[in-house]
Amino acid sequence: MSLSPAELIRIAQLARIDLPSAEIEPTCAQLNHIFGFIEQLRAAPTDGIAPMSHAVELSQRLRDDVVTETNQREKFQAIAPDTEGGLYLVPKVME
Amino acid sequence: MKQMHTASLAELSAALHAKQFSAVELAQFFLSRTEKIDGDLNAFISTDTDKTLAMARAADERIARGEAGALTGIPVAYKDLFCVDGWRATCGSRILENFVAPYDAHVVAQLNAAGMVTLGKLNMDEFAMGSSNENSYYGAVKNPWDLSRVPGGSSGGTAAVVAARLAPVALGTDTGGSIRQPAAFCGLTGLKPTYGRVSRYGMVAYASSLDQASPMAKSAEDCALLLTAMTGFDARDSTSLQRETEDFSARLNEPLKGLRIGLPREYFADGLDDDVRLAIESALTELRALGAITVEVNLPNAALSLPAYYVIAPAEASSNLSRFDGVRYGYRAPEYKDLNDMYAKTRAQGFGEEVKRRILMGTYVLSHGYYDAFYLKAQKIRRLIANDFRAAFEQCDVIVGPTTPTVAFPLGDKTDDPVQMYLADIYTISSNLAGLPAMSIPCGVGQHDMPVGLQIIGPWFSESKMLNVAHQYQQASDWHTRLPEMAR
Repeated sequence: MSLSPAELIRIAQLARIDLPSAEIEPTCAQLNHIFGFIEQLRAAPTDGIAPMSHAVELSQRLRDDVVTETNQREKFQAIAPDTEGGLYLVPKVME
Repeated sequence: MKQMHTASLAELSAALHAKQFSAVELAQFFLSRTEKIDGDLNAFISTDTDKTLAMARAADERIARGEAGALTGIPVAYKDLFCVDGWRATCGSRILENFVAPYDAHVVAQLNAAGMVTLGKLNMDEFAMGSSNENSYYGAVKNPWDLSRVPGGSSGGTAAVVAARLAPVALGTDTGGSIRQPAAFCGLTGLKPTYGRVSRYGMVAYASSLDQASPMAKSAEDCALLLTAMTGFDARDSTSLQRETEDFSARLNEPLKGLRIGLPREYFADGLDDDVRLAIESALTELRALGAITVEVNLPNAALSLPAYYVIAPAEASSNLSRFDGVRYGYRAPEYKDLNDMYAKTRAQGFGEEVKRRILMGTYVLSHGYYDAFYLKAQKIRRLIANDFRAAFEQCDVIVGPTTPTVAFPLGDKTDDPVQMYLADIYTISSNLAGLPAMSIPCGVGQHDMPVGLQIIGPWFSESKMLNVAHQYQQASDWHTRLPEMAR
């Protein structure tokens, strides 16, 4: 498991984290140091073992189809970086 | 009556009911202590005297009406990832610097209903990612026992305020050891409950299949009282367990005669410092004197818990932290070209180094071509680890060992090497992966006179038994009553 600079650029894009070119080499080296440590997982025999995705075995709980939340738009939008007319503002996506 | 800062919760409650002092006086006492001492520790991110005193006045009125419970009027402080309506919840991050929570976390609402008084919000490793509290945008927290050392993390502020007696109890969270490791480093009692016991609603998520809110206290007795108020079903958390409520104080006084303590061979192998080993061994001698017997058990996959965690937790974090995009709340970068650039710059500027590292790791292990090799593989190992515990608990009632391989290390000691930092949680992570309850109690001192923590891991839902073991040990020892110089 070794991460190349090209792969790092791709995952940084997927993760929406701006990565200046000067940081690519050192970040790559650091992540590969960690992946080197994680690598020991691969040697462990796990044939026939089912993945455990959660700490407790749970089935999805159902609830009655009723309204439980009240409208708190003003309270929630008061903490937003930019709003107008009850809407969240973001840079224009389509011209 | 002892002094306010050293009294137990039961003693404080009795004094409040007997009108020896009011809840307002008690809150003022801790606020002024914080003002004097916290400059050296950096444990609080937010305090708000007006809000605190308003809650204390309400508690006094409730006591006067005769409607008070065991926790009414008792001050508490929260790790800064719990949403408390009207208070900032920064999560130790720049990205949430101005985030004022618009609602209460479930556990906060429960403690509010019990009449507890909020003292403030506590420093932490950013998004609970760290083992030293050095990954905070608001600066490192210092260990009250030695200001040149770390308090542990990620609940470093939580540990520092209780150790310095700036709060009688505090809340933290534990995803891979974040309550137990700081409890060990600061000489405190901290308990991570069975996964699903405490609602995660209103807790900023790091790794959702592992996160649990946890009490930090001066003793097992105090821990039990707080835990009883924290637990219970909450429909707003899809993983909240539907169980009968339990009084965790009920079994504290049972004798330990015949208790079978499992000692995992792997927790006493190479890597454990001698000073820590000595303290653990003398605690075991004490537990045997109380009637417990020890048996050796095996956790053969223990060494794999750390690498499995560093696949699973970053994977979950990369998904959870995608919500921080500069649109609905929190920081937004001042300059950007377009929407994507706004996201990328906001997150690059808003997150610290370790958080970005874990998001990148998580994105990588979940990406095409690596998912099976790492993410699924780690989940299979997670099951092996849980199976190991299940087998071990057929031979013993609780597992006991060290909480950490070393005592608290100096600030800056491990900041250059993430893997060395991760190793600080080598004994704590496996119980999170398995969902087991686990706690740390002080059991001696090691090098530099720093506290050593004894870890007690129990089967699922055995918190009462673990607290019983801890309480009986604390009745026979006084490590939990030792105070750092600055707190006397």
